[in-house]
Amino acid sequence: MISPVVLWSDILIFSLAVSVGLFIFQVRKKPQAKARWRSVFESKIGLTSFIIIVFYVLISLMDSVHFREQLSQFEADGPDQNLAYSSEVKSILDIALKNLNSTTETTYSSPFSLYSFSKENMTNDDGSVYRDFIRLKHGGAHIQGDEERFSDILIKSVQALLIGLLIAAIPVMLHVMMRKKSNHEEDYIPWNVAYGTIITLISLATWVIILSQYYHILGTDKVGQDVLYQSIKSIRTGVLIGTLATLVTLPFAIILGISAGYFKGWIDDTVQFIYTTLSSIPGILLIAASVLLIDVYIETNPEKFNLTILRSDFKFIALCAILGLTSWTTLCRMLRAETLKVSQLDYVQAAHAFGVSHRGVIGKHILPNVTHIILIAVVLDFSAFVLAEAVLSYIGVGVDPNMYSWGNMINAARSELSRDPTVWWSVTSAFILMFTLVLAANLFSDEVRNAFDPRTAKGNE
Amino acid sequence: MTNIQPQAPLLTVRNLKIDAGNTCLVKNVSFDIYPKEIFALVGESGSGKSLTSLSIMRLLPEALTVSEGEINFKETKLFNLPETKMNSIRGRKIAMIFQEPQTSLNPVQSIGTQLQEVLGLHQNIKGADLQNKLVQLLEEVGIPDPRARLKWYPHQLSGGQKQRVMIAMALACEPDLLIADEPTTALDVTIQRQILELLDNLRKTRNLGVLLITHDMGVVSEMADRVAVMQYGEILEQTDCKSFFINPQHEYSKKLINSLPDIHNFIQGIDADTILKVNDLKVWFPKKHGILQRTVGHTKAVDGVSFTIKRGKTLAIVGESGSGKTTAGKAILRLNPVHSGSIQFQGDELVGLSHQAFHHYRRDIQVIFQDPFSSMNPRMTIREIIEEGMKSLKVEPDAQAREDKMLMLLSRVGMLPEHLDRYPHEFSGGQRQRIAIARALAVDPKLIICDEPTSALDVSIRGQVLDLLNDLQQEIGITLLFITHDLSIIPHLAHDVAVMKDGKIVEQGRTQQIMENPQHEYTQALLKAVPRLRRA
Repeated sequence: MISPVVLWSDILIFSLAVSVGLFIFQVRKKPQAKARWRSVFESKIGLTSFIIIVFYVLISLMDSVHFREQLSQFEADGPDQNLAYSSEVKSILDIALKNLNSTTETTYSSPFSLYSFSKENMTNDDGSVYRDFIRLKHGGAHIQGDEERFSDILIKSVQALLIGLLIAAIPVMLHVMMRKKSNHEEDYIPWNVAYGTIITLISLATWVIILSQYYHILGTDKVGQDVLYQSIKSIRTGVLIGTLATLVTLPFAIILGISAGYFKGWIDDTVQFIYTTLSSIPGILLIAASVLLIDVYIETNPEKFNLTILRSDFKFIALCAILGLTSWTTLCRMLRAETLKVSQLDYVQAAHAFGVSHRGVIGKHILPNVTHIILIAVVLDFSAFVLAEAVLSYIGVGVDPNMYSWGNMINAARSELSRDPTVWWSVTSAFILMFTLVLAANLFSDEVRNAFDPRTAKGNE
Repeated sequence: MTNIQPQAPLLTVRNLKIDAGNTCLVKNVSFDIYPKEIFALVGESGSGKSLTSLSIMRLLPEALTVSEGEINFKETKLFNLPETKMNSIRGRKIAMIFQEPQTSLNPVQSIGTQLQEVLGLHQNIKGADLQNKLVQLLEEVGIPDPRARLKWYPHQLSGGQKQRVMIAMALACEPDLLIADEPTTALDVTIQRQILELLDNLRKTRNLGVLLITHDMGVVSEMADRVAVMQYGEILEQTDCKSFFINPQHEYSKKLINSLPDIHNFIQGIDADTILKVNDLKVWFPKKHGILQRTVGHTKAVDGVSFTIKRGKTLAIVGESGSGKTTAGKAILRLNPVHSGSIQFQGDELVGLSHQAFHHYRRDIQVIFQDPFSSMNPRMTIREIIEEGMKSLKVEPDAQAREDKMLMLLSRVGMLPEHLDRYPHEFSGGQRQRIAIARALAVDPKLIICDEPTSALDVSIRGQVLDLLNDLQQEIGITLLFITHDLSIIPHLAHDVAVMKDGKIVEQGRTQQIMENPQHEYTQALLKAVPRLRRA
């Protein structure tokens, strides 16, 4: 038996996924918007980066279904005893990565290594103490020694890649057949690039899953935990902080920006006053202060947070809110300027002449004509927040240390990098995963900008 | 207006063909320009006349290529020159002036600096000589007090003065050929007259060949020695100006000439009751100052204007840009705040009504805007655009009745039922203006304020839209308040005219009376400035 655990961030991420789905459904009905989005996916870079982002999102969705396992009961407790559950909360992703999670070593070991990274005291059969590299419990436990390692990795890699290709071939073949049947004439989407990306991603995933059963692909950290596992678990944190913080900025920026530009007068003055004041206070200061407040709140209300994960989740959501609250000013400023411009256009004047209410004018005329700015800002902000999380965790005001995050990994690397020889794998793997996500988001935002910015938009008007 | 040319041509264009990818934009264009001659290239938007001029300067956008033909300047084959040589021809031998003087000058440099830059590029003058040369140039183009003006920035000059500075820049290096791309389209008629006269003088004193690109047949008729008519990238007809207007050969040329309304043919008004009475209307915009935003004075956009409109008739308000005619129109619609005065619609006072109370009158007073490209939300379908007012003012609550009415209106303005579900960008300017008329009619208004509805349209389409408005007036007896700067369209459109200048009406009365016997000197100047056809 298992008991599901629903975190606030889980609810948020799934409702987000649903609303994105609804948004896509809406877009399909509007030919203009559809044409623009199609032009995003017609570019090879746009399509590839989109698939990579979707891959990241899928992983974080899998990591957002939480549950607790039932502890095995003592017979003496009797059947009427309340069921006891483990205090450790797991997600679906943990099941998939079971091997990684359970195979902890004692301390650092480098990627694909058989031995630990530093020498340790060991006792000989005869009781004498000596120092040597300790053989890992899990990493490469199935082979004899270093001489077999290379060929073993090679064989296993080839096998894994072949299996990966087979798995990837199934959806791709199905899609190719479907396309042949439906026989769409005007289809400019570069499907071959999409297939390439999907095949690469699936093969890579299979390779990681298979090889991680035998080795620590990215090594282990100070307490012997698998670094790969940490980096993958951090994906959820990164994706969530990017989307949630962006989402928090939107209502402030949109409502305040548009009303300032539309109503002008004292409303404009007030909004301008708020955002000039806010943007002249260092954001870091506000964030640090708020994080301290949250810590105090958690300390004084321990009964509300009976699980570690509840505590870190609360802190995490609060962090997203604070990040969003301190970063809406730029978008607000842009929206105000654009609204000032749009509200002077003749079609808005015509709507006034027809006696359309303010709400109608804003909803029908202003908002649709500033959407391109919002869309571009959303995708750009996303990557900025992912990076911001790393910086904040590094200076110690970021997500809870119990939570896996790239920022925390980089923070730990502070001491690892100063060791000699350097422990480089932890920071490198955090860097690679974060870099891929941010690069994909940035490339995608470029394509979105090309399609939606009236100055660069092709074809339309 | 001499037109026998014994000399060698200054510029010869032979079989020019310009492509954009696989589509051909200009083909088979050939013409010559002689010194001291004004050669007019006439056509509507998209006819390829500007592309032809840009290819002479070798300044075509990158996506376009010249695939055939050659252009010779005197003996030089322009297409064979390396870019560096071409650069010395641009400006020094061939100069160009553009339509928009507002955007052609750099706003952060004084006009002296900008003139100096052009001179410095092509001629080696320094110090006092340079200053004298600059002053002399500005003098030549008729800028008063040129020595002081050299230090001025573009925003301190009026539109006409900016265009003069542009011409001075073009003339700075004493070119042999001047390309003028719609040089007066953005200017008021009185200033247009001055600029045209200036160009005419300059070509005589400087022995200048001028390629004049325009869509205005009046300008052609007054200025040009020879004319070429372009349509769809081809020259349809090329002849000297006199015989062109007496005996146009091509159907399209005839259409262009006839699209100019005959200003001696007035429509006659019969008396009717008053529908709108405006009395001493003032629209003042407060000038705010300081932290507390105190009002320290007013910009008097409309300063005490009175007029009446008769039911089922048309009143034209004429004036140049900045005269307050549009502001007055918008004040009636309550798109601008009224400072004081009274507006009576069918005897009911509109000034001072609350927002809700005025809502009731929005049905009766509607508007058509100048620019059909900005007057419709690009993200709404034609159906949503026309329906918006009907829904908001609750004209036809029943969806089916609304649908029927929209279809009826579309067919009335000459559009098709299937256009309902298209977006504005799929239509041309003229079609959009028809849709805008349908939108205004959808709420059954009694009075439509037409704010320069034809000034953004090509001449041949302009006539159609005006005819449509005239027909509608005769059919449903709608009243029009027609705001325009174009005096030539007034006679066959308006029963009464009011001439506005600097926020005040200087003269008003029956159209015929004002056009034939203007009393005020401003009206006289305006009428004199209108380019006219030399009719046979």
